[in-house]
Amino acid sequence: MKHFAKLVVASAAMAAILAGGQVAAEEPVRGGTLVSVMGSNPRSLNGAVQSGIVTGYPAAQLFASPLRYDEDWTPQPYLAESWEISEDGLSVTLNLVKNAKFHDGQPITSEDIAFSVDVIKANHPFKTMFAPVEMVETPDEHTAVLKLSKPHPALMLAMSGQLMSILPKHIYGDVPVEEVKSHPRNNENVVGSGPFKLVEFKNGEHVILERFDDFFIEGRPYLDRVVLRIITDVSARTIAYENGELHMGAFESVPQMVNRLKKVDGITVTPEGYGAIGPLDWLAMNTGGDGPLSDVRVRKAIAYAVDKNFIQNALMQGTAADSRTGIHPDSPFYNAEVETYDVDLDKANALLDEAGFLMDGDSRFSLTIDFGWPGVKPQVEYVKAALKKVGIDVEVRASADFPTWAKRMGDMEFDMSWDTVFNWGDPVIGVHRTYDSSNIGKGVWSNTQGYSNARVDELMAMAAVESDPEKRKALYMEFQQIIADELPVYHTNTLPYHTVYSDKVGNPPLGIWGTSTPIDMTYLKE
Amino acid sequence: MTFLKNTGIRILYAVILLIAVLVLNFSLMHLAPGDVADTISQSMGGADQEVLDQIRADYGLDQPFLVQLGRYVGGVLQFDLGYSFFYNEPVTKLILERLPATLLLVFTAQIFALLIGVVLGVISARKPNGLASHTVTLIALFGYSAPVFWTGILLLIAFSLKIPWFPVAGMRDVTVDGGFWVHFADVARHLVLPGITLASIFLALYSRLSRATMLETLGSDYVRTAKAKGLSEHQVVYKHALKNALSPVITLAGLQFSAVVSGAVLVEAVFSWPGLGTLAFQSIIARDTPTILGILFFSALVVIVGNLLTDMALRLVDPRLRGRGA
Repeated sequence: MKHFAKLVVASAAMAAILAGGQVAAEEPVRGGTLVSVMGSNPRSLNGAVQSGIVTGYPAAQLFASPLRYDEDWTPQPYLAESWEISEDGLSVTLNLVKNAKFHDGQPITSEDIAFSVDVIKANHPFKTMFAPVEMVETPDEHTAVLKLSKPHPALMLAMSGQLMSILPKHIYGDVPVEEVKSHPRNNENVVGSGPFKLVEFKNGEHVILERFDDFFIEGRPYLDRVVLRIITDVSARTIAYENGELHMGAFESVPQMVNRLKKVDGITVTPEGYGAIGPLDWLAMNTGGDGPLSDVRVRKAIAYAVDKNFIQNALMQGTAADSRTGIHPDSPFYNAEVETYDVDLDKANALLDEAGFLMDGDSRFSLTIDFGWPGVKPQVEYVKAALKKVGIDVEVRASADFPTWAKRMGDMEFDMSWDTVFNWGDPVIGVHRTYDSSNIGKGVWSNTQGYSNARVDELMAMAAVESDPEKRKALYMEFQQIIADELPVYHTNTLPYHTVYSDKVGNPPLGIWGTSTPIDMTYLKE
Repeated sequence: MTFLKNTGIRILYAVILLIAVLVLNFSLMHLAPGDVADTISQSMGGADQEVLDQIRADYGLDQPFLVQLGRYVGGVLQFDLGYSFFYNEPVTKLILERLPATLLLVFTAQIFALLIGVVLGVISARKPNGLASHTVTLIALFGYSAPVFWTGILLLIAFSLKIPWFPVAGMRDVTVDGGFWVHFADVARHLVLPGITLASIFLALYSRLSRATMLETLGSDYVRTAKAKGLSEHQVVYKHALKNALSPVITLAGLQFSAVVSGAVLVEAVFSWPGLGTLAFQSIIARDTPTILGILFFSALVVIVGNLLTDMALRLVDPRLRGRGA
């Protein structure tokens, strides 16, 4: 009977789709308290000065951005009701909604946009986001014109999610812009522009948010309150989802938890919604110096010897998706038509012979491998076992903690390392940094591989200023071809972020930014 | 007079010890490669060298080691524990916010472990080869050998998931509305599982020790005399023997106090108990030196106070100590 009912529902849904419309959405309900969770403690609630997925959740509720994105990577109006990009790509005009107010009742004006850009430029770690923005003109209260030194298509994504939090100048402008990062009102008495206002942030316990009744979108948000509990232990979070203490949570990546919760009735677990976050797991190889890894044939041999199927299906228990290049597979710029390096030990051995590293007994040479956090130790141990088969002895080097590892990476004192890096929207923000030769040796998550290719640098420079989406895509296609061919990094899989939500939750945030996006459309059923 | 003098000397030692703890830990932390700028950049999803240098300059991490150490110790001597790099808040504020939760957990667990432990010990001492005694031994061994985080998760699965009597994490339910007693009941409900988990290790120690000392005391001459006088079994055990058997247990409880505080780190992590333990754990991971040192400072204080309390308790149960200075 149950199956029959499902069938009826499914056919009805099919019919609706075939009829050309979307599945009739349920009518959202006003009210209720959503209990959600964060896996660690945010350093700051202010998205203009602190990036990262932990701050992103509360920051995107407290502060609105000019744009928001739907799940198809199409920009949508938010604080800006419309926008124009000039023919030469050098000026971007934002027309702000007229009725927008901060949480203290003051209107949101173009002055605040200009101020927020200054604050972000002075404090935010992603310097490439607004680097080409020379100034923001404010011809009237509701028009802001961003003047650029060169065309900057990455700006569109940089104006969405948590990346461009609009702050009230009359509150945060009382200190020099560089000092906003330590402003006392980043963590308490926050005055924001978003759908929810801050009730309380208790370190180590929770962030409590409350509906902002004067929010500029009529009727929203639907929820009265949002409680973001801070639960760092994965097991405790799993049980809390399971027994219904938590309605929703995001950025869950532990395979055991994901697979366990998938079996629980009344809970949905989905990997959808992380395209712009773009989390990728990879095996980084230090191409600098004159060791074996400076030879591209050795790097290819390693890729052929390491079975990414095993990593995706055994180690990640089927939760992680395949990824082949430095760009996340959900991105419109992703190029899947590159060498996949399916496991092939003969090829690996042949390549190593060709590179002049002949077998001596059962070994050719030795390398070290590092890892930054305990969760990826199985991957590292697996690489050791896999490379033994082709005569490469691998020594696993543990790090006491993250800074120890980061120091080794930053100083480029490593051979191979397991790493997780995020795309952060546009490739200019989170992808270029890993392959840009001018970034060599500049701290962790820059080009620690010491990789340098003039054509790659050129392609990235051209893509950064190419306004035509098709041409831009073509540049990134070639870029990914070269990366997959030269392997400064062997891309194996996505970090399997999942969103967990109970059946009571309507419209969970499944766009491209995870929960680093306003949840003004999310509601509780009944 | 001797009492005051002795106490004075002890406090002086304590202060020297505290400073040694801080200097030593500060130096050790400094020896480790990398620093908090790395973890800050991690929490931000990456940062370039310029940003890293800026963070280091902001927090004075670019200064020579001795300058940093001097600044820090100088601050502590003026009762300023500094500013947390990672939480952007004064360390003293962070710790004072978290201290009550830890004290609540630690004292509850300690009192629970002591009471139940001694009762179990006495029961098993009265019939050392009986069924009750063997059961107590089994419970004690289990509690002592099982890792606390494992016990914690098992309790969670049993009593939060299978039989949903208790909440999974945290210290209070923010959706609960009501007066003082409603909140009191709410916190108490949250306290049960972490309290039992933390107590489980110490319960074993206390029950074993009280069993052993009880056995010894029950075999001593004065107990035989008391029995010969015709006192009831109950009176002999609880009035005469137990009082004497208790003093080693209390000494142990005092010594274990520091262990309870460190055991709380794991229990708090499992139950997301918003106390010093979680803070310590996260600060160590984040390499947040001022916060770690601040916590060490406060734990040392708690242990010193715990030891003083033990002394007083011993004087209470053992009149022979009352006249003495030390």
